[in-house]
Amino acid sequence: MDTELILMQLFSGVALGAILVITALGLSIIFGMMGVVNFAHGALFMVGAYAGLWVASLTGSFWWGLLVAPIMIGAFGMLIEFVLIRRLYGRSIDDPLLLTFGLSYVLVEGVRIVFGSDGIPFPTPSQLTGVVDLGVGFFPIYRIFVVVLVLAIVVLLWLGLEKTKFGLIVRAGSRDPTMMRVLGVDISKVWLAVFGLGVGLAALGGVLAGPMRSVNPEMGALVLAEAFVVTVIGGLGSLVGAIIAGLLVGVVISMTALFAPEMATIVMFALMAIVLLIRPQGLFGKLA
Amino acid sequence: MIKDNRNTNRFNISRRHMLAALGGGASMVAMPWIARAADDNIRIGFPTPLTGPFAAEAKDQVKSAELAVKQVNDKGGVNGRKVELLVRDDKLNGGEAATRTLELIEKDKVHAIVGSLSSAVQLAVNEVTRARGVLYVSISQSDTINEVKDFSKYTFHEALNPTMTTAAVARHSFKKGTKVAHLVADYAYGHEMLRGFKRAQAAIGAETVGEIMHPFGAADYSTFMPRLRSMRADILCISNFGRDQANSIKQAVDFGLKQSAKIVVPVLLHNQRLAVTPEVFEGVVGGSNYYWGLEASVLSAKAFNDAFRAANGGAIPTDYGAYGYTGVMSLLQAMQAAGGTDTDKVIAALEALKYDVAKGPQYYRKCDHQSVQSVLVLESKKKADMKGDSDLFSIVANEAPSEQVLRTCAELGFPT
Repeated sequence: MDTELILMQLFSGVALGAILVITALGLSIIFGMMGVVNFAHGALFMVGAYAGLWVASLTGSFWWGLLVAPIMIGAFGMLIEFVLIRRLYGRSIDDPLLLTFGLSYVLVEGVRIVFGSDGIPFPTPSQLTGVVDLGVGFFPIYRIFVVVLVLAIVVLLWLGLEKTKFGLIVRAGSRDPTMMRVLGVDISKVWLAVFGLGVGLAALGGVLAGPMRSVNPEMGALVLAEAFVVTVIGGLGSLVGAIIAGLLVGVVISMTALFAPEMATIVMFALMAIVLLIRPQGLFGKLA
Repeated sequence: MIKDNRNTNRFNISRRHMLAALGGGASMVAMPWIARAADDNIRIGFPTPLTGPFAAEAKDQVKSAELAVKQVNDKGGVNGRKVELLVRDDKLNGGEAATRTLELIEKDKVHAIVGSLSSAVQLAVNEVTRARGVLYVSISQSDTINEVKDFSKYTFHEALNPTMTTAAVARHSFKKGTKVAHLVADYAYGHEMLRGFKRAQAAIGAETVGEIMHPFGAADYSTFMPRLRSMRADILCISNFGRDQANSIKQAVDFGLKQSAKIVVPVLLHNQRLAVTPEVFEGVVGGSNYYWGLEASVLSAKAFNDAFRAANGGAIPTDYGAYGYTGVMSLLQAMQAAGGTDTDKVIAALEALKYDVAKGPQYYRKCDHQSVQSVLVLESKKKADMKGDSDLFSIVANEAPSEQVLRTCAELGFPT
């Protein structure tokens, strides 16, 4: 096995990891800050892809789709929080889980009714088609764009959470919401924003995935599983964990694809099982 | 759609129960014809994966099967008996398919089963039907179902099988010395196609430079691409089905693999071509049982297309959809010839049947009940060459029906 191939495989793994990170981030943020396990995450990813496609076909530009769809679906997420999830705070963790689980079915069936169950083409934006020579092999320009964009979003999120007043409130709110209320902070507004952000990130992941896969109503099912695996390996609610775990899972999948390709899907579940056995709280999680 | 069918069905049963209850005793003897009227219908069970990655193809199977039933009923049914199609979602799962099939046989008392859309799932259906002695016309690709181990006298295979499909595709795309890299879905369908291609390669003298098995239903193929590229093949042969086909070809093209190798698939799928842009599939070659463009040369294809268009608001029938039509039609023609639903008589009629309902002449070979039929080799068109939205493929070849492309009865393990 030559080094070029192994290097190329490593790079493919990191790129795949970046895609996994973007799908896991929203799930992780919502759980970390609000304690809500969002089972509709995969469905919202899928709805994001359809919204992106819809906006792109209306405006004739992928870029509008990429910009508008996450905002649109993020706002839809805020509506979900305001109308449905808000009523379940203070109850056990299963209640919002079951609610979002049901919601995912509604969303998938809704898209089936409106757009049909066949796959729909989502062309790669013309500026980003083609491949680039990395020295060790060729890689699609679009995928490199996705990696760079994910990197930028991670940095922005980190800055937002660590360096701004809003970030401070969000972090404090995740530790002790009651104390925040005593201090006069309207925590329900914070949760509204956090849920919208998490859902917007899911939608962004969907739009970004569109040009790589065919867009269809079931495209979110596997994504939900992947996002959970990454979040669990990284440690539920840990942002750094989600990022490191996403990249780790990507590289592990890629290396498995090189030596035992038929195991490429199952390996991430095996990795999750091993992590849970050795470190039940995940790589970066804190013990409850 | 599934729910609707179940509801209708429940209604039928409750009506029958109600009739029986109302009738009971003496009155039942007085008017036996009422009870028989409901029971007189010919019921055909149709399990197919209405949900999941093959949903698009399954939906077309149902539409075409419904058309066949409607046409027969409009002409007065089979020897005066109406035909009912009972569609069930097998969820692309062997256990689910077996349960639904058993229900269809035990509860709904179907006279035959047609359907399924996965090489693995159809074997599960076949297990049930042959144990219960119920006719089964399979409409999904499989080699195994022809072999003596899985065959039974009740088993008929209307779909192409991987041996005949890959033989035709290889003949029109491989040459002596061609280097072939295989990307294969890791389940029965992929394995059988790979075996077929290798058999064809051995006959032609084409060389395998590598093979990669990918997990069924994978969404991302990027991690397989570096190795596929390093194989430096002339042909990248991708043996998978449904959404896996669109996703894997799309990503192979994204990674620039089409610039150095031609992409060949065992079965070029109409609905998957529609799930991506024409540029992605441009130049991809693959086999097929049916393409609507056959209407230019085959009379029965024209009639089938026209009837399908009329029934479905101008839509055209697709490859796997057509199986639903040819499968149900051949069964109903045999029932007509047999004068009823007596299983042994219908088997004899199917074995003797010569039919041409959509794609030219077909017949079931006696030993393994494989439908001997034409095999199409298609090439996906460039956008500039498309004359309309459904002008997707050009017909490279229409291989005439021949037992020569099948494995011999002796090879399959049948006594000769």
